[in-house]
Amino acid sequence: MKYILMMQFPLGAWKTQRFGLWPEQDQKRHYDFLKRFNQELVDAGEFVRTEGLGGPEQMKIVHAGKNGAPAITDGPFPESKEVLAGYWAIDVETPERAYELAARASAAPGPGGKPLNMPIEVHPVMMSSTSGEI
Amino acid sequence: MTAPLPTTKLPKTDEHLLRELAPQVLGAVVRRYGNFAAAEDAVQEALLAAAMQWPDAGVPDNPRAWLIQVAARRMTDQLRSEIARRRREAEMLRQEPPEEQVAPPPEDAELGEHDDTLLLLFMCCHPVLTPASAIALTLRAVGGLTTAEIANAYLVPEATMAQRISRAKQKIKDSGVPFAMPTERESEERLASVLHVLYLIFNEGYASSIGEELQRGDLVREALRLARAVRTLLPDDGEVAGLLALMLLTDARRDARTGRDGELIPLAQQDRTLWDRALIDEGVALISAALPRGSIGPYQLQAAIAAVHDEAQRVEDTDWPQILALYGLLERLSDNPMVTLNRAVAVAMVHGPRSGLELLATLGRDSRLADHYRLAAVRAHLYEMAGDVDAAVADYLAAARRTTSIPERDYLSSQAAKLSRK
Repeated sequence: MKYILMMQFPLGAWKTQRFGLWPEQDQKRHYDFLKRFNQELVDAGEFVRTEGLGGPEQMKIVHAGKNGAPAITDGPFPESKEVLAGYWAIDVETPERAYELAARASAAPGPGGKPLNMPIEVHPVMMSSTSGEI
Repeated sequence: MTAPLPTTKLPKTDEHLLRELAPQVLGAVVRRYGNFAAAEDAVQEALLAAAMQWPDAGVPDNPRAWLIQVAARRMTDQLRSEIARRRREAEMLRQEPPEEQVAPPPEDAELGEHDDTLLLLFMCCHPVLTPASAIALTLRAVGGLTTAEIANAYLVPEATMAQRISRAKQKIKDSGVPFAMPTERESEERLASVLHVLYLIFNEGYASSIGEELQRGDLVREALRLARAVRTLLPDDGEVAGLLALMLLTDARRDARTGRDGELIPLAQQDRTLWDRALIDEGVALISAALPRGSIGPYQLQAAIAAVHDEAQRVEDTDWPQILALYGLLERLSDNPMVTLNRAVAVAMVHGPRSGLELLATLGRDSRLADHYRLAAVRAHLYEMAGDVDAAVADYLAAARRTTSIPERDYLSSQAAKLSRK
């Protein structure tokens, strides 16, 4: 079963507490964690894909404008409370394993090495196949 | 995009030949050298070498001996470098290396007399492995597919699939599973694992032979090929015959199962002229011969049910009382609420939708099923039969929200929309 784990960073804290503003040692600890975590997923035969995403400063909202031309607004949706910082696509045997990995990702080390406890949204990936029973 | 596979240069007949020979070659090499994990790598290299060289050089006179020889040479090379490595380590410790013998090259006459396909299947489908690992290892070691092909079929990166395979091999090594037939006491359970893995491979291919993922039809062919191989080796086993029959009788409906836009068409609405008569005849003959022999198992019963459906010229000719009786037997064999769910449909067809709904009401308390989309989907269908449109729409929508399958979601949503319009 494939799942997407989405790492949600609190938008209110972005300006003062985003990764880029942490002390170098904390950044390194965080990125070391990510590297290890990704390698573990590969070693376990569960890795599909992972990406880190550009922050709110780089985000645009796009509507179809006149004649379908893009109408562009800066930043995330005004009502957003979180920003999608990155995601993993994984292929695991059970939903419980997906939740376990999400909890691990949530506990990624933050400033001072303390677990971030960021909320991770776990989405099953819709399949283009039927669901199993012949 | 995936890199082009080396096997694509080969004509189809040679590719089939390679797949046919893969388990026999592996069996011979494991017999000669032991060490399943290393032998599997060596055979994989031999298969690749064949795929690269045969298109230009032509298929050798004895392709099996050729492959065994190449794989054996790889094994010897591996052993030599392993010995050299150990010797270097030993010298660093200033110890005299023990006199170690490099295995002599194999004599072809001694090798490859047995067909070890079954031994390999028992090993690759061992219950210590999770289904996903057993599937990957079986497709590679017994099916002769490359890691890239398997990764492609299961839509994961090649490195991930390679890791899944190597972990499976490691697990087999660690658990000390011997390369031998299981004892009589455990043989039934072990054969059940083999059949289950083949069933899962078939299902993965069959369920997804829709739209853009046509390449997964290969999994159907592979599962059928392996099931046929097991049937040849165990011609008297009823469940082996049952599984092969079930695959044939299910695959027979493949062309009728989806519409022009890839939409799902349920059994009752399929154009039965599109069903493959040859596959149906073969499946029916198999299951008809197996059933009277006794020792009936779940695959035989599922095949029998599929046969009853396939033999009905029109949907209204379906022998529902017989299907109901078969589901009753199946329910007694397996504690699986999915079986009861299917029986509820048969109950509705024989005794009316209200009786089917009564049976479903008892299932809602089963925690394995309470939130499952199929319970809601079957209930919706039975409400529709009973003429209770509002309840049917509500359950079709509930089922559509819960399924993780796009074609099923689309089917269920369109059923709800159709009924709402009336």
